[in-house]
Amino acid sequence: MNPIPLNHFVIFSLFLFSIGLYGALTRRNVIGILMGIELMLNAANINLIAFSRYVSQSPETGQIFAIFVIVLAACAAAIGLAIVLAMYQNRKTVRAEDIHILKW
Amino acid sequence: MEFLYFLAKTGFYATALVTLGSAVLVVTLRNLFHCALALILCLLGVAATYLYLKAEFLAMIQILLYIGAIMTLLIFAIMLTNRLADQSVSQTNRQSLPAFALLAVFNVFCIASLTAVPWKINPASLTAPIDAKILGAHLMGTYVFPFEIISVVLIIALVGAVILGRTDQ
Repeated sequence: MNPIPLNHFVIFSLFLFSIGLYGALTRRNVIGILMGIELMLNAANINLIAFSRYVSQSPETGQIFAIFVIVLAACAAAIGLAIVLAMYQNRKTVRAEDIHILKW
Repeated sequence: MEFLYFLAKTGFYATALVTLGSAVLVVTLRNLFHCALALILCLLGVAATYLYLKAEFLAMIQILLYIGAIMTLLIFAIMLTNRLADQSVSQTNRQSLPAFALLAVFNVFCIASLTAVPWKINPASLTAPIDAKILGAHLMGTYVFPFEIISVVLIIALVGAVILGRTDQ
């Protein structure tokens, strides 16, 4: 009855993940890298919900784990942005290549 | 009925196209504030995709939490750190071409392997109604331990964010 095949959801989320990974790999601004990570987490959520809806024996599992992923994304965003703001106050930069004080 | 199915299908592909297009804008635009606006559109498209998977509660959570909370935080951080002088400098590093080639190879490999797998579609879960009540019952039943762990992780992360972001020493 469902008109859209499972593969189309998975390929859509694959493209979304790839775009997010490209952004996380190529951005110089740390906030841009965080945006790419948010895109990747969303692609993972689409996969979880699509697979639990189509092939799982218990269709609610994927949605519950998607809620956990959303909570962890909120944690990541809060911690990441707090680190960015602290770095901006102390070193006056938001560029990934300028933040190398922990490099050996 | 056939016409409605066709309309729903077209709507899904249009949503997917808009979402992927705005995702490309997120990773390519130079002005970071415009990137944040494109990311909001992309997250709305993902919420619409959840509706196509009959996950209405998740779609609402997506709009409330991602667009309401995380994007507000992100835009705050952009406005607090963005200097106008930064606009003239290139926003991407030199890895963009190798990253693009690697991801193209990865995508081709993944699509080839995905289309080769015969998924066993479960018709019972395709039509099963999942609302907030059922999700809450499972969160308080089977998944109560990860639920408690995730709440502890959330409170620790938020307290840590407050301590990191505090200015007075």
